[in-house]
Amino acid sequence: MAKTTASAQTADQESPELKITHPLSEMAAMFFRNYAAVAGLVLLVFIIIFTFLGPYIHTTDPFEMVWAPFTVPGEEGFLLGTDYLGRDILAAMMVGGQVSMAIGLAAAVISVVIGVTVGAFAGYYGGVIEEALMRFTEFFQVLPTLLFSMVIVALFGASLLTVTLAIGVVSWTAVARVTRSEFLRIRELEYVAAARSGSARDGYLIFRVILPNALPPIIVQANLMVGSAILFEAALSFLGLSDPNTMSWGQVIGSNRPYILDAGFAVAIPGFAIFLTVLAISLIGDGLNDALNPKLRQR
Amino acid sequence: MDTDPLLSVKDIVVDFKTRYGNARVLDHVSLDVESGEVLGIVGESGCGKSMTALSIMGLVPDPPGKITSGSIKIAGIELVGMDLDRLRQIRGKDIGMIFQEPMTSLNPVFTVGEQIAESVRLHENAKPKAAMERAVEMLKAVEIPEAETRAGAYPHQLSGGMRQRVMIAMALACRPRVLIADEPTTALDATVQAQIFDLLQDLQEETGTAIILITHDMGAIAELADTVAVMYAGRVVEKGTVDAVLSRPQHPYTKGLITCVPHLEPEPPVERHELLEIPGVVPAITELGKGCAFAPRCSEAIGKCEAEKPQLLATGKAHFAACWVAQQEQAR
Amino acid sequence: MGLWQTIAKRVGYGLLLLVAVLILNFALISIAPGDIADTIAGDMGGADASVIEEIRTRYGLDRPFYVQLWRYLSRVALFDLGYSYFYNTPVTTLILEKLPATLLLVFSAQILAVITGTLLGVLAAKKPNGAVSLTVTFLSLFGFAAPVFWTGILLIILFVSIFPIFPVAGMVDVTVEGGFFVQALDVLHHLILPMVTLASIFLALYSRLARASMLEVLGADYVRTARAKGVPERSVYYKHALRNALGPVVTVAGLQFSAVISGAVVVEAVFSWPGLGTLALQSILARDTPTIMGILFFSSLVVIVVNILTDITLRLIDPRIKAG
Repeated sequence: MAKTTASAQTADQESPELKITHPLSEMAAMFFRNYAAVAGLVLLVFIIIFTFLGPYIHTTDPFEMVWAPFTVPGEEGFLLGTDYLGRDILAAMMVGGQVSMAIGLAAAVISVVIGVTVGAFAGYYGGVIEEALMRFTEFFQVLPTLLFSMVIVALFGASLLTVTLAIGVVSWTAVARVTRSEFLRIRELEYVAAARSGSARDGYLIFRVILPNALPPIIVQANLMVGSAILFEAALSFLGLSDPNTMSWGQVIGSNRPYILDAGFAVAIPGFAIFLTVLAISLIGDGLNDALNPKLRQR
Repeated sequence: MDTDPLLSVKDIVVDFKTRYGNARVLDHVSLDVESGEVLGIVGESGCGKSMTALSIMGLVPDPPGKITSGSIKIAGIELVGMDLDRLRQIRGKDIGMIFQEPMTSLNPVFTVGEQIAESVRLHENAKPKAAMERAVEMLKAVEIPEAETRAGAYPHQLSGGMRQRVMIAMALACRPRVLIADEPTTALDATVQAQIFDLLQDLQEETGTAIILITHDMGAIAELADTVAVMYAGRVVEKGTVDAVLSRPQHPYTKGLITCVPHLEPEPPVERHELLEIPGVVPAITELGKGCAFAPRCSEAIGKCEAEKPQLLATGKAHFAACWVAQQEQAR
Repeated sequence: MGLWQTIAKRVGYGLLLLVAVLILNFALISIAPGDIADTIAGDMGGADASVIEEIRTRYGLDRPFYVQLWRYLSRVALFDLGYSYFYNTPVTTLILEKLPATLLLVFSAQILAVITGTLLGVLAAKKPNGAVSLTVTFLSLFGFAAPVFWTGILLIILFVSIFPIFPVAGMVDVTVEGGFFVQALDVLHHLILPMVTLASIFLALYSRLARASMLEVLGADYVRTARAKGVPERSVYYKHALRNALGPVVTVAGLQFSAVISGAVVVEAVFSWPGLGTLALQSILARDTPTIMGILFFSSLVVIVVNILTDITLRLIDPRIKAG
């Protein structure tokens, strides 16, 4: 009681200075107050510039043998050295990063679309539909995701498309659970109950009324999905289950793996690139979480 | 005073660091409890009643709280600044405590018997079997039917009243000299409240344990307590024997509290507020001024009240009040 | 509902899940491009049209979809997962041979991660702004972001070139001779690096979870009650608080088990650990479909069993949990 009075008082005192701000700019302010998140954002922007603009400056073909294999980083003008075929690792980092991030993003989009759909319908309709959909989700949770996607890639061939689909199709369960619990919460709120008792159609309620309000935790989860999809792709490539004609960070690691004792850098460098990217994404995720969930913030 | 009282709280100051600055939660609180006595502490929520109890137990949440100064002695032994190992031997052994929320104050993953027995094992070096026997004995003492079976029950299998009985059994298991009961009935149904008060009274008569009964229920004070302390905004504003305080309240705040309870009529009757409540709210502890904290709500306030804090001074035999108006009348 | 009834219910449900896995297996094979008869013939060393026709009849590939599915399910019910032409061995035999190595890796890593993660979490919760707390925060960032194979390779580089005290490949050293105890020690010696690598991902998650869970529990009224009756701080943390804080950790550890198996596939590849993951990879490269499908089935079976065990553990930890 004393506390509420205190905060009310403080708010009153501050009110003359308060400006009415757009919720988005308020969120942005909250995000930028989290230094780790800002550092993550800066890091990610840097990585994106490096991978997408880098090849225009450093024009070496990553598939071409340019020097003796296993040139140590820094020597002979190769900043990051050369791999087991004498290919420039710096060029491979740039081009490979494009693929890694593109697959990560695309697979995350697939899993978010599946997860939101399953979770939304389960949470909105409840009853038998919810039961069935959640059992379906549980079923996917039982299958070890990596093995499952390995099976898909093995059966349908390793191409960019199948790898992306294989990752997206196996990793949507977390999104579904988050979406469902948000829907369960929001559908009980008064304004939704009011809309439901009216003549609003289900589709309108699900996508126009509830979903926008359920977005914050979904966005946070989706952001993390991009990170784990990048890791997932790297693991598949490391195992040799990626499109052999494209270059990705995981693929650089996988192809140089037999030589780790001779040239550890050829493996450590792309691994570090993946680590930095996913780290940046998860730092951003923490910041988004702070910015989008004001309730958590006050604790 | 020739002999030390059983429990003596002297000039205790507790500060909390908050985002809005330092909050003085207890401001020079002094209380004495004699052996076998029941002391009632009353006041509105947030006035420092519970914090007084936690200070005695050494359980002020730190951070953000801290006992800044003062002394708490039990049988002459200083508790403030005592190292945790020794303090722990006193907690549960010399001082037992019952909390407000029986629903959440028992550990959900242990049986109630285990939880009572743990206390006995800790303080009396009892073997598990003997400790469990004592636990069953205690459950019988707090009038729980089928005590042997109930000892094996988990808290969630018992009702709120039952759980509070378990809490009492646990607090009394090592026959403490002082029992602190922090609003023991607030969370319970009215009928159960009466039962718990009856039980406390019976146990008090049986064991002679001194009790500090913290409540906002003036009726319970009238029935159970020997002496009473009225707290407001972290200070004791009036204290004395129950007789003296309830029949001749000196502080306007005490008068207000008493008139809130219909059947407690002071002699001579004080003027009743229409709605039987004290106007205004307890001020936030961070915004206390230099005067009497009650002054803004007080109908009798004079100029001095806003300017200077009144001290707790005798206004009668075994009766003290911290009020300029009462003290002036006394002086006249 | 009693414990046994709950278990029976969970087992029944687990069996349904297994049937679902089999149907998925079957559906995947059926819609995959390429002719199974061709593949089988290829595995047998090539064949002409008449042989392929014979394979079709023998395996019932000419029968309707549902008949094929039914035959598949009833064979699996007898633990007949088909025959691997690549290894020239029944799939079940092949898997049972490799399963113990994977189970050893997966369980030891999971136990290591849960125990150290919980301990770290408890220590961190004692001082929410202390050094351990900071470590937990960094660890959880690292654990999420570091690719598991990268961690493993870094460990290999470290333990080959700098501290050559652990073997970095395989599960046994064939030159080691001796009784059971010596052999077991040798396996443990080989186990350490893969186990630590696999545990590192989950350790981070569990320590963060245990920290949050402990912080919440330490604020609970019953912790204050324990202190008020003079319980030593050690016992307040490790008995009164921890038992309550374990629930979320155990729940998540159970949910993560299938992820641990996924991680094990990669770790096995890094450390040449002779388990199901290595077998899976080899059979994929060899296009040995019955084996890879059998592995998917067996790993799901392990996950389901672990889920049931998790449920039982949760009920033992917290008496409030009813059958759900």
